[in-house]
Amino acid sequence: MSQRIYDVAIIGGGPAGLAAAYGARQAGAESVLVIERDRELGGILQQCIHNGFGLHKFQEELTGPGYASRYIKLIRQDAKIEVMLDTMVLEVAADKSIWAVNPKFGLMQIATKAVIFTMGCRERTRGAIRIPGYRPAGVFTAGAAQRMVNMEGYLPGKKIVILGSGDIGLIMARRMSLEGAKVQGVLEIMPYSNGLTRNIVQCLEDYDIPLYLSHTITKIHGAERVTGITCAAVDGKMQPIPGTEFDIECDCLLLSVGLIPENELSQAVGVKLDAITSGPVVNQLRQTSLPGFFAAGNVVHVHDLVDFVSEEGGIAGKYAAQYARGNLSAPVRTITVTAGTGVRTVVPQQIDVPATVIEPVRLFMRVTQPDKKIAISITSADQTLVSRRLPVAKPSEMIVIEMPASKLEEAGEQLTFSIQTQ
Amino acid sequence: MLNINKTDIVVIGGGITGTAIARELSKYELDVVLFEKFPDIGAGSTKANSAILHAGFDAKPGSLKAQLNVRGNKLYHDLEEELGLEVKWIGSLVVAVNDEEMKTLTELLERGRTNGVAGLEILSREEVLDREPQITQNVAGALWAPSAGIFLPFGAALAFAENAVRNGVKVITDCPVEEIVTEAGKITGVRTKHGFLAAKYVINAAGVYADEISRLAGDDSFAIKPRKGEYILFDKKTSNLFKHVLFPAPSKVSKGILLSPTVHGNIFVGPNAQDTADKEDVATSTDGLNEIINKAKKLIPSLPLGAAITQFSGLRAAADGDGDFIIQPSSVTQGLIHAAGIQSPGLTSAPAIAEMVSSILRQQGVELKHKVSFDPVNPRKIIFRDLSHEAQQQLIAQNPLYGRVICRCETVTEAEIVEAIHDSCGARTLDAVKRRTRAGMGRCQGGFCGPRVTAILARELNIPITAVRKDSPEAYLFFNKMTADCKEVLA
Repeated sequence: MSQRIYDVAIIGGGPAGLAAAYGARQAGAESVLVIERDRELGGILQQCIHNGFGLHKFQEELTGPGYASRYIKLIRQDAKIEVMLDTMVLEVAADKSIWAVNPKFGLMQIATKAVIFTMGCRERTRGAIRIPGYRPAGVFTAGAAQRMVNMEGYLPGKKIVILGSGDIGLIMARRMSLEGAKVQGVLEIMPYSNGLTRNIVQCLEDYDIPLYLSHTITKIHGAERVTGITCAAVDGKMQPIPGTEFDIECDCLLLSVGLIPENELSQAVGVKLDAITSGPVVNQLRQTSLPGFFAAGNVVHVHDLVDFVSEEGGIAGKYAAQYARGNLSAPVRTITVTAGTGVRTVVPQQIDVPATVIEPVRLFMRVTQPDKKIAISITSADQTLVSRRLPVAKPSEMIVIEMPASKLEEAGEQLTFSIQTQ
Repeated sequence: MLNINKTDIVVIGGGITGTAIARELSKYELDVVLFEKFPDIGAGSTKANSAILHAGFDAKPGSLKAQLNVRGNKLYHDLEEELGLEVKWIGSLVVAVNDEEMKTLTELLERGRTNGVAGLEILSREEVLDREPQITQNVAGALWAPSAGIFLPFGAALAFAENAVRNGVKVITDCPVEEIVTEAGKITGVRTKHGFLAAKYVINAAGVYADEISRLAGDDSFAIKPRKGEYILFDKKTSNLFKHVLFPAPSKVSKGILLSPTVHGNIFVGPNAQDTADKEDVATSTDGLNEIINKAKKLIPSLPLGAAITQFSGLRAAADGDGDFIIQPSSVTQGLIHAAGIQSPGLTSAPAIAEMVSSILRQQGVELKHKVSFDPVNPRKIIFRDLSHEAQQQLIAQNPLYGRVICRCETVTEAEIVEAIHDSCGARTLDAVKRRTRAGMGRCQGGFCGPRVTAILARELNIPITAVRKDSPEAYLFFNKMTADCKEVLA
């Protein structure tokens, strides 16, 4: 291992990390390191062989690996971006030294001027939501099953029930159908789906797969391999309603019950986390509460479109490079961004205003519940700075709102996002 | 496979009782074969319980439970060192919340002293709050038992089995005993899928199946009435919530729902107690989980439910009758020795049960001659995450697979998994790897490493991916992709 000090070290070579590496180089970083634990770059995109990626970014409909390859090419062409595959980061220290390990170089202590966290997220498990019943073979998180089918070439089952109508669950319903498996149904505890509308249509309706809204699983059957599940309708408090139970036969249960930003490394070094997003609190530069530590993508908040993950990665890369080169000017004041009525999350949670405001800020928000004909307003000290009307809003679909530079100048110490129904 | 047709002693059951017995018998010049019907040892009651080394104040004075608990607790102190067991002697508190329960503590203290438990004392409310600040404000006092510990029961069974193998015992997994052959009321051998094995003595350590094994030998003197207990395990980030094993004051029927740290820094709550007729019934239930949550919150009100990572249940192999252990020669069939009805404090008692079984064999006329070559010590296993950076670097230099982390939550390397597969009682299933290495035991519960460990098992065992099992004999994980002929599915 060289004793060099990288300008920017990026932990995670998925879409956020790739875009961060590219962004850092564009902004003048002289040496960039991407550390990836898997055998190839691209992260979760490599197992997402369906199309629908890149409509915003490339105005094209690409597959996951296709989307990843656009960035991987850019990275691989650039001699000043080093990539370490098959490498696990064990620890990040406050002085930004990174302890990582791989079979080739063993244990390494890597020095860098700026760190970008792009570790993505992990799937919520059966245990986290306490599904009762047996613990047989055949219960998988949807993403783990997707990897087995699409990358390793095996089936997790032949008669499938899916719990959770998030996008991964919906995509897997179609994928398993295409593999010849029978998908018996998708169960969703909420009264609405948590997936993109296009996925409901293209993955369930097109394959006549029933979607049971306001239903959950009350027991998993089968001492060795799954033989079926019992499900029930749930009441307003999401508790099973006695007497509504029915059984569905299956040999496999796939769980698509939420994603959790993977922040063990960031948390251990002392980065402040947002209790709602479970990701670091970041400013518009995607800098965390610790100077020189940046974060982007699903590690900050779970996205529904990779295009926005790339956008965030690019931002983090750009400003991490500026930080490393000593070009990041100190803010003169800070605006705190808060989620008000009807809004679940807004990222970034903070806007650090530099001496001269030159750039507009794009904010990513999610609503708390689905609604039609809403108005979003951004207020500061009782003054509405920006407002926008939307015909439909769903918690599953992230809303992007741009704050013009002029409006940022008008804003006080706090910006509040809220929803008014008409 | 089994390339012998005769042995001195057959042990049926590879749980903690059977493996402790096998290890005890390996001290002597005897041929011993242990049969376990599951693909792994310790896969029944041993893997799903409270994992506590009880002090011994609970059992009725004079019972086998009382006697063997206290003796077993002492023996673990030596075994910890010899076998490299993961034990933490953290002590236990029986917590009282009113005057009536304080009286119960006094009774327990007396009973404990009669049973020979050292160090018992009753703590005041202030002393309890000082030791456990998160405990309920209703606390009135507690019985402190410094000799209670926590350990890894599966790890202990594995260590017993590996040491037994090291000293000449044959451990055969994936192999139910199908028949016990007797002639004129005497055992002559057992039959398994590997054929007939002649033996004069059979030790029945078959856990919840001990009554069925007994019946195979013509002895129906007892029945096992399994009693299920459910548990919830929490993320390691909860590890500061409390420091000792916490019991509520016991009622007439139950020791109650306890809370305990684990040796690996998680915490858990459980178990409840439900009779079940089904010996494979390890399903959890909404009602059961709610019951243990509600009761656990009476001791630790701030229990963070959002940090739960898994739920499981286990069966206590309770016998009918007076509820005491059944450790005795069969009164019907000569050569059959029961180590049955082993419920709590069975884990703690296991090494003492093993001593008792060997003395029964001696009384039965078996010559117990010490083996000169007996080696009581197991070589230590390498746990990468616990090593210094220098030691980690050295290991990777010797074997690059130590440089590949497979389980990211628990930092388990590929080399540790490969070793777990090739050890003397090697892992054959995904859960067997998990129990040995912790790969898959963390907060993501194998979501990331499961497919990777499956691939490593297939490679190391030279079997197809589709032949890799989760745990039990038929628990296959993955299927081959289907060809054009999907009639069976679509029908």
